[in-house]
Amino acid sequence: MIRAMTRNQRRDLRNGLLFISPWIVGFCVFMVYPVASSLYFSFCDYSVLERPVWIGAENFTELAHDSVFWTSLGNTLYYAVIALPLGMMLAIGVALLLNTKVRGMAVYRTIFFLPSIVPVVAMAILWLWILNGRYGVLNYSLTLLGLPAKSLPAWLESKHWAMPALILMGLWGIGHAMVIYLAGLQDIPVHLYESAEIDGASWWQKTVHITLPMLSPTIYFNLIMGIIGTFQIFAAPYIMTNGGPERATHFYTFYLYNLAFEDLRMGYACAMAWILFLIILGLTLLATKVSAKHVHYER
Amino acid sequence: MKLTTPKRIAIHAALVVGSCIFIFPFVWLITTSLKPVEQIMKMPPDWLPRAYYAPVEGQRLKVVKEREIGEPSLIVHYAVGGTAPSRVLLPASKYADGRAEVEVRVADRTELVRVPAVVEKEVPGGCWLVREKLERLPQDPGPPARWDCVSPAQIEERIEPAWWNYRGAIRYTGYYEGSFLGLKYRVPMFLVYLRNTLLVAILGVIGTTLSSALAAYGFARIPWPGRDKVFLVALSTMMVPFAVTMVPLYGVFRALGWIGTLKPLWVPAFFGSAFNIFLLRQFFRTIPQDLSEAARIDGCSEFGIFWRIMLPLSKPALAVVALFHFMWAWNDFMGPLIFLTKQETYTLSLGLQFYQSQHGGSEWHFLMAASTLMILPIVVLFFFTQRTFIQGISTTGMKN
Repeated sequence: MIRAMTRNQRRDLRNGLLFISPWIVGFCVFMVYPVASSLYFSFCDYSVLERPVWIGAENFTELAHDSVFWTSLGNTLYYAVIALPLGMMLAIGVALLLNTKVRGMAVYRTIFFLPSIVPVVAMAILWLWILNGRYGVLNYSLTLLGLPAKSLPAWLESKHWAMPALILMGLWGIGHAMVIYLAGLQDIPVHLYESAEIDGASWWQKTVHITLPMLSPTIYFNLIMGIIGTFQIFAAPYIMTNGGPERATHFYTFYLYNLAFEDLRMGYACAMAWILFLIILGLTLLATKVSAKHVHYER
Repeated sequence: MKLTTPKRIAIHAALVVGSCIFIFPFVWLITTSLKPVEQIMKMPPDWLPRAYYAPVEGQRLKVVKEREIGEPSLIVHYAVGGTAPSRVLLPASKYADGRAEVEVRVADRTELVRVPAVVEKEVPGGCWLVREKLERLPQDPGPPARWDCVSPAQIEERIEPAWWNYRGAIRYTGYYEGSFLGLKYRVPMFLVYLRNTLLVAILGVIGTTLSSALAAYGFARIPWPGRDKVFLVALSTMMVPFAVTMVPLYGVFRALGWIGTLKPLWVPAFFGSAFNIFLLRQFFRTIPQDLSEAARIDGCSEFGIFWRIMLPLSKPALAVVALFHFMWAWNDFMGPLIFLTKQETYTLSLGLQFYQSQHGGSEWHFLMAASTLMILPIVVLFFFTQRTFIQGISTTGMKN
């Protein structure tokens, strides 16, 4: 094949490969090898200190009967099902408000965006303090709204309220998604609205029939990123609740990390990681199929 | 779209309320970080940091209001059997005929004894016991805090931020003791964390910008056979979660002897990242091909075109890549948690978490001050690069 090429083609091939050679090295060392060995380890008993021992599909059958695994999967889905739609509504809502070309837009945008650049560890520590059951300012604000102090939850110390507390914290960080929605909104051609206005469409009709359909590729993109992000939530439960109370915030990656680096059950953890990989792949493919049917792309 | 005035007002109202809610955690972070420790655990909370000043043993000092004295009391001096003289506050009823009833430690228990004592001052009920506010850490040496009893009228309250919390937070995690050319030095651990974070972030920025730009050029500007298929493979690596690769990567870095060093956190950046390659490739494709052709005719090599034409023209895109990587490295928690083992190699993320796990639940003023110190550089960086930043996010969100 190489021989059949012209001199220019050969030169291009050589140059192209030379330019991407750092990436190729990194791809092999930091991607192909780890992914392949992770797959191999998932069929092994492996503790990093000793050589892996092949045990077939035992890790996977054990996972199927591991109640903590199912709890962590359930918790992650619980978070995704509540936090993603809420976050999406909030982010789109704020983006719609900001897209009205009001005065001071840059200031508002900065304020709503700023929380999303707060480093996750600092955010976790700040919210530990805000959510504190006794001295926390959240509960204090709720008493100002007239709620009786005794009925207020202890948030992170309560197995029912720890997850809503983390969801609340997550909503504070919607700024990133908001900026993407805002860019999406600004890309919608003005003529669509103008013709709708001539037809006498109300604000609500324009939102439902123009804005949301035109925004659907962005919504779809944010949704996929959101699901992938949820499955990788780690720092918040690690720092704030250590997965508790009573495993109420035992997230998927939190359990995975503990298996691998606390219990040194690396083979078992790899099996769990591969299930995560398959879930992400499956969801992405599903979302692509669904979006091909329902998402509106303007060409 | 033209808006009517009532609508405009409604939109502004919604934005103002929302902004207040979103900005509130920052306000709470900063006020907590500036409050003296006594003011932290209070319900209802104090919104402004306060300081108290009162005369203590004839000197005007910053003090802590310890408690209100109910019954008439006395400040007396006494000395028991050759020990250093003591100065105590005791109820007037426990003093009579030049003798005070005091607790004295005998061997391993305390006994109530009557000892000769001299009255320094009579304290009427309703006074306050105040103690000198020491602005030093519990582990630091120094004379004990002085105290006195003063009437409420003598205590002056001022709105005054406790800036000292920041100095305290920096030094609270302890010191790193090292030597350089035989000279011994001591640096607060916090500054060591900062140096490590900057090292990882800056080396990573250099690495990922260079290597991603090289690869992006190879994918965008040179038409080699199989290019688009390889690019698709590169893109698909974005879907691989870190959880899948972290265990084998740990093994790789262990074999290289890198565990416990900063290398696992910045060396991989020198081999490009799919996301950055994608971003730069999109940008490179928008640069007119004529420019490269003209340079090629002038005898410029492919690398020369990349270095002298592409890179200077791509500054906005390179800035986005650099900025995103810096933010990511500053923020990263899981990587340092897995690969770092010694406290002197910790990054700020890990150091702050370590600090919280050791002193969490009480030292909120220090924790908030340390968190502020970690957030502040990022916020400042954001304000200086806002345009680049917002554009970067908008384009990556759209082009997928």
